[in-house]
Amino acid sequence: MGINATLIGQFITFAILVWFTMKYVWPPITQAMHDREKKIAAGLEAAERSKRELEMAERKAMSIIRDAKQQATHIIDEASRHSVLLVEEAKQQAKEEGARMIELAQHEISREVTQAKEVLKTQLATLVVAGAEKVIQRHLDASAHMALLDELVAEI
Amino acid sequence: MFYVPVSSSGGDTVNTGAAITPAQYVQHHLEHLTLNLRTFRVGDLQEAQGFWVLNLDTFLVSLILGIGLVVFLRFVAVRMREVPGGLQNFVEIMVGFVDKSISEVYHGKSKLLAPMSLIIFMWVFLMNAMDLLPVDLLWRILDLFGVTYFKNVPTADPNVTFAMSLAVFFLIIFYNIKIKKFHLAKEMLTVPFGGYLFPLNLVFRLIEECVKPLSLALRLFGNMFAGELVFILIALLPWWGQGLPGGIWAIFHILVITLQAFIFMMLTVVYLSMAHDTH
Repeated sequence: MGINATLIGQFITFAILVWFTMKYVWPPITQAMHDREKKIAAGLEAAERSKRELEMAERKAMSIIRDAKQQATHIIDEASRHSVLLVEEAKQQAKEEGARMIELAQHEISREVTQAKEVLKTQLATLVVAGAEKVIQRHLDASAHMALLDELVAEI
Repeated sequence: MFYVPVSSSGGDTVNTGAAITPAQYVQHHLEHLTLNLRTFRVGDLQEAQGFWVLNLDTFLVSLILGIGLVVFLRFVAVRMREVPGGLQNFVEIMVGFVDKSISEVYHGKSKLLAPMSLIIFMWVFLMNAMDLLPVDLLWRILDLFGVTYFKNVPTADPNVTFAMSLAVFFLIIFYNIKIKKFHLAKEMLTVPFGGYLFPLNLVFRLIEECVKPLSLALRLFGNMFAGELVFILIALLPWWGQGLPGGIWAIFHILVITLQAFIFMMLTVVYLSMAHDTH
């Protein structure tokens, strides 16, 4: 026991150990730990950022979908309103057309009736004349039937 | 009783094969394996006098532990991975622990303090842990090769503890001068009693500084020496009575060796941070 030259030997050993650690052990270890720390921090930050971005994108997508839906309902409303309008218009047009056609038909009918009446009149007259001729040939009594014939013509 | 075989070259009083008293047993276990640097004779108690003697056991055990420690640390340091595992986890925990302990106390920018603290903590711990080996184990094995004396706890040798505490002491002086420059003289003369009592202040300061390495070294040495002594005394009990007290003391000592290593490291940091701070 007691202090002797071992002190010097230990001092040198200690100094060498500390020097070695300072030079070759501590820097690489702390460097690696520090690098990893930075990397983890950066990774966490990136995750946070992308989460935020995702949230934002989702919100944006939702608003776009909402807009689209709104627009779609608007378009459908418009379309249905328009179709009702079209149907109404078509009905109106059809009615008018029908009325016009009926009128035209009636007009035609009345015209044809008049024409037929004229034709009938002339034919009847011819017939009456023919009948009269035949009666006359048989009876030759014009006076007796003249009154009848006149009456007939007047009636026509 | 106790049987201590002694190699023939030894000049001690214990004769080969003779039964010895407990006092002789204890005395034997407190002797170092020495190398006289003048005559280069090993293990000779008569030659183990004076300053120029090397305690071979202390020196070699601490050297082997120290080299093993830095080789291990270097081994891990060159294989640092992004995803740590196994040994790297352990080393990172140690480095992180030391780094955190330092950053709580010390605010300077020394590149030396942190690695030195790591080495102090781990090396002192390893040397302390030699305490947990059975007191007779290494010595009995080495005795087969003719080595008579062998103390296997380096920190139970004041040379080890004083070597480290003196290194710390020199660093305290170095940083005091480097950081404070001329302010140091003013501080030494005027703190704590003011300028009129400057001789008293100077004496106080010198005592304060000189007590630091003493307390550092003696605390560790005292703890480890006493612990080793208790183990030796337990070894004197009959074989059936050694287990329980030896076990209890060993378990208690696991705490002590860790704590002492931590205290040595922490006080080093505190002393050096005091050297950095101006009053």
